[in-house]
Amino acid sequence: MGFIDRTARSFLLSELLTGLGITLRYFFKPKATINYPYEKSPLSPRFRGEHALRRYANGEERCIACKLCEATCPAEAITIESESRNDGSRRTTRYDIDMTKCIYCGLCQEACPVDAIVQGPNYEFATETREELMYNKQKLLSNGDQWESALALRLEQDAPYR
Amino acid sequence: MEHFFLHTMVGSIILIVLKVLAVLVPLLIGVAYLTWIERKVLAAIMLRKGPNVVGPFGLLQPFADAVKMIFKETIIPAKANRVLFFIAPILGFSLSMLAWAVIPANDGWAVANLNIGILYLLAISSVSIYATLLAGWGSNSKYALLGAMRAAAQMISYELAMGLVIASVLLLVGSANLNDIVLAQRHVWFFLPMFPMFIIFFISCLAETNRPPFDFAVGESELVAGFFAEYSSMAFGLFFLAEYGNMILMSAIISILFLGGWLPPLDYVPFTWIPGPFWLIIKILICLFCFIWVRSAFPRYRYDQLMRLGWKVFLPFTLAWVVLTAGFMMATGIGIYGGAA
Repeated sequence: MGFIDRTARSFLLSELLTGLGITLRYFFKPKATINYPYEKSPLSPRFRGEHALRRYANGEERCIACKLCEATCPAEAITIESESRNDGSRRTTRYDIDMTKCIYCGLCQEACPVDAIVQGPNYEFATETREELMYNKQKLLSNGDQWESALALRLEQDAPYR
Repeated sequence: MEHFFLHTMVGSIILIVLKVLAVLVPLLIGVAYLTWIERKVLAAIMLRKGPNVVGPFGLLQPFADAVKMIFKETIIPAKANRVLFFIAPILGFSLSMLAWAVIPANDGWAVANLNIGILYLLAISSVSIYATLLAGWGSNSKYALLGAMRAAAQMISYELAMGLVIASVLLLVGSANLNDIVLAQRHVWFFLPMFPMFIIFFISCLAETNRPPFDFAVGESELVAGFFAEYSSMAFGLFFLAEYGNMILMSAIISILFLGGWLPPLDYVPFTWIPGPFWLIIKILICLFCFIWVRSAFPRYRYDQLMRLGWKVFLPFTLAWVVLTAGFMMATGIGIYGGAA
């Protein structure tokens, strides 16, 4: 009986037709695609994208060259050099992130005592050359200036969970 | 005017060229849009949207692809046999176009109304395997060679079953002319009395055109790209055009053998208003949808399963069916569906 059943099923293609039925049902389902460059999916405030160095509202850099981010960076992507400025405060003379080494773990952001280095919501920073991914202090500060409103909002939204 | 086209040398040549263009130009546009249809249908089944950026609904995508393909560099492998390497895609493409000479789009509308049309089709589809074999051999690459060998073995296994299915249709019709085959289906399309043969023919067509789930000759996951692994640029493009051209051709053959060609489904007024070629195109599109639908639903067969299916299931089954058909016709004494008996 089992043999007849099996043979009949395989000759009537019943399993194949079931499969075709399922794919046909999916054919009419609403699509899951987002039209990416024109539409984007929502991001969490914790999303770890491109780095930025922030400033205070008066324009002063937040970074105090404590080098905690450099120390904590597991990929050793951050290089900092510092000296004291004329007014006696300690500031970076060099703040480089090698974005090709960075693993986007977010530890630099966690380590920073003054919320200076943060990872922003931007993930569209592909470049045509490798050299462009060697970010220096100027690039990071300009990122901070460009994204400041979004960065402040993200920190505020995430604050209750910290 | 009529005298010029029908009774002078130059005129008749021009007429033939015009006829050929009238088939080839829509066909090539059809092939281009078949790639678009395939991507759209596969995307829809996978809950994606498919190409939708180039032009409205992505309708200009095939042309963008064609331009990209033409401007790419043709790379010839250092140890390839250059002659075979270049003959193969040209052969494959021209054979897939050549077969269209006998496909009637309406009563008597074929470029060549051969009285052995179906044999011509079988011959062309058998020769087209040489394109695959030459590509596999000429590339001098193990993947290409394995792909070509598989394609040849597959072709032999399935051509037999196909031939027997066609033989049973020919028994009913009593003529090998495609025009007569369609006209014999005025009362009932052959897919009803011959339903098992229809299914077997469809599956054999999948194997014949190297479509999934029988795409061993290409077999991306095991043979990289099979017989055209070494091809790039328009040489690859020609194989691609040939594959899709063959798909349309096989759909046309299914429509003519089993779905009544250009005949409307019912011989009453709202159906007869639509001219014959449109019915043929609608039927071809339905078949093509099934080709793509099957691709989306099934994984690739294992090679020995394919051979087993061809030799141990299809061959005896179709052979028995031919005997059955012939016996039935002998018992009733006539060709049952308006054939010449």
